[in-house]
Amino acid sequence: MARAFTPKIVTANDLLVGDVIYLTRSGAWSRLHEEAHPATSEEQARTMLEHAQKQSDRIVGPYLADVEIGDDDRPHPVHFREVFRTRGPSNYPHGKQAQ
Amino acid sequence: MYVYQEFDEAFVRERVRQFRGQVEKRVDGALSEDEFRPLRLMNGLYLQLHAYMLRIAIPYGSLDSAKMRQLAFLADKWDKGYGHFTTRQNIQFNWPQLTDVPDMLEALADVGMHSIQTSGNCVRNVTADHFAGAAADELEDPRATAELIRQWSTDHPEFQFLPRKFKIAITGSPNDRAVTRAHDIGIRMIENDAGETGFEIIVGGGLGRSPFEGKVLRDFLPKDHLLPYLEAVLQVYNLAGRRDNKFKARIKILLHEGGLEDFRERTEKAFEEIRARFERPAGEMIDAIAKWFEPPVFNNVQTHAFDKALDANPAFRSFVETNTDEHRNPAYAIVTVSLKPIGGTPGDATAQQMRVMADIAEEFGHDEIRVSHEQNLILPHIRKADLPVVYERLREAGLATANAGLISDIIACPGMDYCTLATARSIPIAQQIATRFDELKLEHEIGPLKIKISGCINACGHHHVGHIGILGLDKAGAESYQITLGGDATETFALGERTGPGFGADEIIPAIETIVSTYLDLRDSEEETFLEAFRRVGMTPFKEKLYPEGKSGEARNAA
Repeated sequence: MARAFTPKIVTANDLLVGDVIYLTRSGAWSRLHEEAHPATSEEQARTMLEHAQKQSDRIVGPYLADVEIGDDDRPHPVHFREVFRTRGPSNYPHGKQAQ
Repeated sequence: MYVYQEFDEAFVRERVRQFRGQVEKRVDGALSEDEFRPLRLMNGLYLQLHAYMLRIAIPYGSLDSAKMRQLAFLADKWDKGYGHFTTRQNIQFNWPQLTDVPDMLEALADVGMHSIQTSGNCVRNVTADHFAGAAADELEDPRATAELIRQWSTDHPEFQFLPRKFKIAITGSPNDRAVTRAHDIGIRMIENDAGETGFEIIVGGGLGRSPFEGKVLRDFLPKDHLLPYLEAVLQVYNLAGRRDNKFKARIKILLHEGGLEDFRERTEKAFEEIRARFERPAGEMIDAIAKWFEPPVFNNVQTHAFDKALDANPAFRSFVETNTDEHRNPAYAIVTVSLKPIGGTPGDATAQQMRVMADIAEEFGHDEIRVSHEQNLILPHIRKADLPVVYERLREAGLATANAGLISDIIACPGMDYCTLATARSIPIAQQIATRFDELKLEHEIGPLKIKISGCINACGHHHVGHIGILGLDKAGAESYQITLGGDATETFALGERTGPGFGADEIIPAIETIVSTYLDLRDSEEETFLEAFRRVGMTPFKEKLYPEGKSGEARNAA
């Protein structure tokens, strides 16, 4: 049996501000992780990443990041690096956590 | 302080103009990120975890009040009101927006500053002893030589695409405060038997993934030969250094794989071939530049203010004991202004603090400020009679933490709070260590102890040369910290030795406490420092306490 696919989201940084952004269901970009659209198959993940890569005039460095789908039906980051990216640095209330 | 000549000024302005055009093209979509990335990196602009980061060069860590005020202006206008001083004596701003960066560079050019060669595979900012020109133990001020190297290496057409980045440090004192043994080239000013000043050239040092102590390539290089000799070293490295593997591309690997003798032979050969091209002897150029670094006119008038304050104010006394060093003029002191308030972020200063430093330097400090590689600021020339007033000004600005060289004076890289390369966070570990030992009120009893923390194997936090080094790693999706002991960044250089398996984020502070209490128990007197004790007893007693039987089994090994 094929190994279960870990859901993935597409994330990048905004070209002008540098802030972390996430690809949403509509194909637009959101600053909020909870609005990221999780791909549930390898093929869907690849299609979403390719879609992102074509937008290099607005975004920088898109990649796929693993998520877990919570009881709230929303994607939650798996790796601690991605958790940090959803909020900002731990030494000052700067970045996303300030908003 | 060196003042930009017309040539420097025109060059920097032209680079700003070019970069402005490049940013416009990137925003228009005319440049892709792949095309733009090397261009922004050439101007010190990185894209980090949450935002862009602009790294600004501070040549040999020297600032005056005008430059410091301009950095404060940048922090307020385009960042979040603070800046981060680094182990390369530079400053980084963590929150600029892409389209503001050309304006920031323009504002820097107004005070003779820039971000050129703060990134990329070129010769990076030349670092120097932060006590240069002031230290009592100094043979000669290394800054004129550092400035000559800056001029030679800036935009050097042959060395813009080296196999990897290249770092040079220089000291003019036998007490090495510039970590010359952990640089691609370390330069020590020395005197030969004939009483002439020259250089000991050390090559192939470095930290990072494969740490090496530098080796002496030339035990005495006459001053006049400096530039052709450096050019020869770079030329050999540029041709023979590995470009097939990023992790093996530094000069230290070339030396390690090919051997010192082979490298020396090639360098001497290249030197003989090119030296004739250097018409003007470097010694003459250094002498010409040295006029920009003339010692200030000291005011030797003493008052009773200093002694009175020592008697009356224990906090001032404590500050003088830990944060001042011997100046070549007995009426003066070198003041280390700690950027390590207990629980704060190592190396950070607010715009307001930068302005206070500028004001003090201008009023009392012969307009000189230095950035130390230990992420502190230095007022190199403060008259002792003025110290009580200077201390009060610093205290009001939150800049009088009396901890220089003590356990809370920690080097920490930005780690995973900012850096895309990081594998774990560094800053919170530094904050917790400082806070914990402040609670225990043990800092002064422990005495000199240097903790250095890196958030990844690249070792920007110099962990290999910390008396206690901490390396943050990602172990199976959790932050984990390896400890090394016995590292030493000075003339008695040593690379730290790993204690064993790493510790989780919630275990690392207790582990540091265990190491420190082990030291306090075993030291033969209060005078025996941590490093001396470690050298006497070795790793075993620390290991026994860190990994007591029964706990060193599966759980530890899995960490």
